[in-house]
Amino acid sequence: MTRKVPVVENIFKANDQLAQANRNLLDQTRTFAINFMASPGAGKTSVILRTIEALKDKYRLAGIDGDLASTLDADRIAATGIPAVQINTGGTCHLDAVMVQNALPKIDLPNIDVFIIENVGNLICPANFALGVHINVLVASVPEGDDKPYKYPTMYRGVQALLLNKVDLLPYFDFDLDYFRKGVEALNPGLAFFPVSAKTGEGFGEWFAWLQGQIDAFLQTANG
Amino acid sequence: MHELPFVESILKITLEHAEKAGAQRVVALDLVIGQMSSIVDDSVQFYWGILSKGTIAEGAELRFQRIPAVYRCWDCGHTYPLDGQHLACPKCGSVRVQLIQGDEFRLESIDIE
Ligand SMILES: Nc1nc2c(ncn2[C@@H]2O[C@H](COP(=O)(O)OP(=O)(O)O)[C@@H](O)[C@H]2O)c(=O)[nH]1
Ligand SMILES: [Mg+2]
Ligand SMILES: [Zn+2]
Repeated sequence: MTRKVPVVENIFKANDQLAQANRNLLDQTRTFAINFMASPGAGKTSVILRTIEALKDKYRLAGIDGDLASTLDADRIAATGIPAVQINTGGTCHLDAVMVQNALPKIDLPNIDVFIIENVGNLICPANFALGVHINVLVASVPEGDDKPYKYPTMYRGVQALLLNKVDLLPYFDFDLDYFRKGVEALNPGLAFFPVSAKTGEGFGEWFAWLQGQIDAFLQTANG
Repeated sequence: MHELPFVESILKITLEHAEKAGAQRVVALDLVIGQMSSIVDDSVQFYWGILSKGTIAEGAELRFQRIPAVYRCWDCGHTYPLDGQHLACPKCGSVRVQLIQGDEFRLESIDIE
């Protein structure tokens, strides 16, 4: 006799549970974790390098890199002088909570304030895999086009901050900033938004100020 | 290839529920997959064949229920299915729209013996 058993469980649950375990560990060690996501070449590494330079005198930083676009990215991050770990993604298209869990013991978390993750360059898969970080950041870029929020809604809905990189290229592309922002606003109302250029440094002041606000608020509650 | 960890998850959930229900064998799974969830049926099927081997769910049939993407316009309230890449509201042209269904991915039920 065959019978039907109701299940109704979200398939992402196993990953979500591990992500929560990562989060608990990070909270315990008072480490603020940031996950940078983007399509390949949008400028994750460039944005991360500038962010590290701006933060490294104020906080104790560490980074991990899972981007496949270039095996050099972890080296570029290590060159800033902060501890950096390359995650072996085995060629997959996203980082998941297990990979982060395996990487965490390689980092001296109790002595790290801010932990920076460069996800694999991809706008689809990383959106489904929570890592347990405190903020997810999406780096969009002008050459990708202004329709990306409409095409990758899951990604745009799941982040706490959005950087639009390569604004130095705006004069050369038919990029309708208003159309782009409307799409973002529809998917993620009130999302913190920073137009920047990792090439010229334009716009980074606002991003650093916002990020420091988030980090300080976390470190304060974690200490209190 | 990103379906692999999902299929591991599907198998784990299936076996948990099958065991709880005292099943001898799992014969079928009902999966609900939204159009926007970027999950490919064939890949799920492929990994399922490999991973379910040697378990009480080996060879169980996978039934897929596809949920189309539906958007709602914030400006005029119109709801409409996603038509290709065009996301703007077909009625008033607004791009202040929101996905209201189509990103689900769940195991709805299992058939056991
Ligand atoms: N014009 C311009 N190029 C940039 C900017 N940011 C990054 N790039 C270039 O874009 C390419 C990809 O950058 P990278 O940081 O490696 O991107 P990732 O693959 O997302 O990590 C490199 O050639 C960078 O020099 C920017 O703001 N403006
Ligand atoms: Mg990179
Ligand atoms: Zn409308």
